[in-house]
Amino acid sequence: MRNATGPSPLLTAVLLAPGALWFLGLLVLPLGVVIVFSFGERAAVGGYQAAFVLDNYLNLPARWTAFKNTLVLAPIGTVVCLIAAYPLAYFLAVKARPETRTALLILVIVPFWTSFLIRTYAWMFILGGRGLPSLIEWAGLGEVRFINTPFAVLLGIVYAYLPLMIFPIYVSLEKLDKRLLEASEDLGASPWRGFMQVTLPLSAPGAVTACMLVFILLMGEYLIPQLLGGGKVFFIGNALVDLFLQSRNWPFGSAVAVSLVVIMLATVSVYMRFAGRIGGARDVSLV
Amino acid sequence: MTAHGAANGTADIEFIDVSKHFGAIAAVDHVDFAIARGSFMSFLGPSGCGKTTSLRLIAGFEQPTTGDVRIAGTSMVGVPAYRRPVNMVFQHYALFPHFNVADNIAYGLRQRRPRPDRAEIARQVDATLDLVRLPGFHARRVWELSGGQQQRVALARALINRPTVLLLDEPLAALDRKLRRDMQIELQNLQREVGITFVLVTHDQEEALSMSDTIAIMRDGRVIQIGSPRTLYDAPANRYVAGFVGESNFFPGEVVAADERGATLKTAAGVVLSAPYPPGGATLVGTARGVIAVRPEMVAMWVGPDDPDGAAEFSCRLGGRVHNRIYLGDQTEYSVATDQFGDVLVRAAKASALEIGPGQEVRLGWRQASGLALVDS
Repeated sequence: MRNATGPSPLLTAVLLAPGALWFLGLLVLPLGVVIVFSFGERAAVGGYQAAFVLDNYLNLPARWTAFKNTLVLAPIGTVVCLIAAYPLAYFLAVKARPETRTALLILVIVPFWTSFLIRTYAWMFILGGRGLPSLIEWAGLGEVRFINTPFAVLLGIVYAYLPLMIFPIYVSLEKLDKRLLEASEDLGASPWRGFMQVTLPLSAPGAVTACMLVFILLMGEYLIPQLLGGGKVFFIGNALVDLFLQSRNWPFGSAVAVSLVVIMLATVSVYMRFAGRIGGARDVSLV
Repeated sequence: MTAHGAANGTADIEFIDVSKHFGAIAAVDHVDFAIARGSFMSFLGPSGCGKTTSLRLIAGFEQPTTGDVRIAGTSMVGVPAYRRPVNMVFQHYALFPHFNVADNIAYGLRQRRPRPDRAEIARQVDATLDLVRLPGFHARRVWELSGGQQQRVALARALINRPTVLLLDEPLAALDRKLRRDMQIELQNLQREVGITFVLVTHDQEEALSMSDTIAIMRDGRVIQIGSPRTLYDAPANRYVAGFVGESNFFPGEVVAADERGATLKTAAGVVLSAPYPPGGATLVGTARGVIAVRPEMVAMWVGPDDPDGAAEFSCRLGGRVHNRIYLGDQTEYSVATDQFGDVLVRAAKASALEIGPGQEVRLGWRQASGLALVDS
């Protein structure tokens, strides 16, 4: 059998080369550059000047607001997404009739047919002074402001990332063997208890994956705070753009970027350890 | 059809004119029966005959469209599955993959209110694991188990609840033949041990015959005949039952004469055959067509022109040529091509017929009393 010897080393190298080069050139190398830059100094005209100082890291508190916004709104956004997505995914996977299910799934995807930028602009107008607030004022419900508030950013986040949360949960619920719920009921568990003891733990791997996906993307979010936060509610991503393109303080920007990566790695590893404890459910998804 | 203890309170399960429609299709069509307490009952039939729906009506996964389902004398209409005193062993076991063996088995006890304490649950799980001969399997993951072991865990998970009735939905279908045979014996022993009413759904006639006290033969949502395995074998109600329970040669024909005890038919090839009705069977008086069924072991086969002993009593004698031979161990099954009836199946004891092989010209015959005149449906 061919498998006994395996593919030739040359073939292996050829097949691995594109991916390896991609990662090396576009991930590992830039990351190395950023790490090196983060210990440097800002040149007089902006940019980078070689040095080895810790000033950039000691200076991080200057950008405390960006870190705070990101570290507060990203988890909240993830949780709100989860709370909104789970019932929807459950309905789609379990309750919806097969004939209508496809149509409903397409409705979830439809927003992706329009550019993300355009959709976020649309929210800018809806939440802006001549949008919802004017309607509320006209109805005599008082003066409100949505745009450039944490609420607007959160709304944008949930709107944008909801489908991303729905699909992994939908998949895990959809492949759940319905006979397990019959078995649960047969053994004396009410439908609610069956949901808590069977459906929830068995769909947990999907939810864990979805949350991680959304959280990681949220940590690096730039566009939503830029448009709906209007420079008042900004994320680390916005601070980075500002540092690199406006202040041209590359070393400090690099230090912020490295901190973001470190925070993300730390949060995700803690999260994974915690999520791994959600029963043997994680192993189950591999069966 | 016979009813067992329907009126006198010894029935664990009663179906009273039960129908279940899915849209325009009647999966269960005006079915009546009663299952005696502590007995082993099987529903036998091909897929789509309504046997699984009947089981699901008992379990509470389906509600009858019309009629009444009673368990231990109490109407179960509108009672959800989780409030019924029955437990089920599912076809593919439906074990919870996120629990180990012990937690799977304890699931039912943990739903009880008030919930039994830890020690009590542990004690009962131990006892039940012993009962199904899986001691020490507590911490095993269910997907690590073999099919037979999963089967036992499924049994334990149901039995620990001490249900009034245990429902078994094709529980042995996924097992290989040898294991299936062992599990059949084990299930029977277990049923005697725990004294619970067992209701089995199967399409495997051998399984139904070997395990059950009573068998209900179903077709198209209706119960065709209920009886002991012996009754169904010796006195099938019609051709369908005779064909489903054991094997038979069928010779259909026009009824040329019929009285209260038997009938005479003329087959398409012009052969005239007579046979008595099975005990309690329907008469063919006033019927245009009927069928005569002859079990393969009732057909005698010999070589040469000379009739063997007792052949004088044979109502039918004909010649044929063996074209297939299957060893069944203690018996040998021959397929004999005849001009009059096409292929005739003959089953002979091992000792008598070792020298007969394919291509051999043989003669066949059977006693009139060995055949059964049946309704052809």
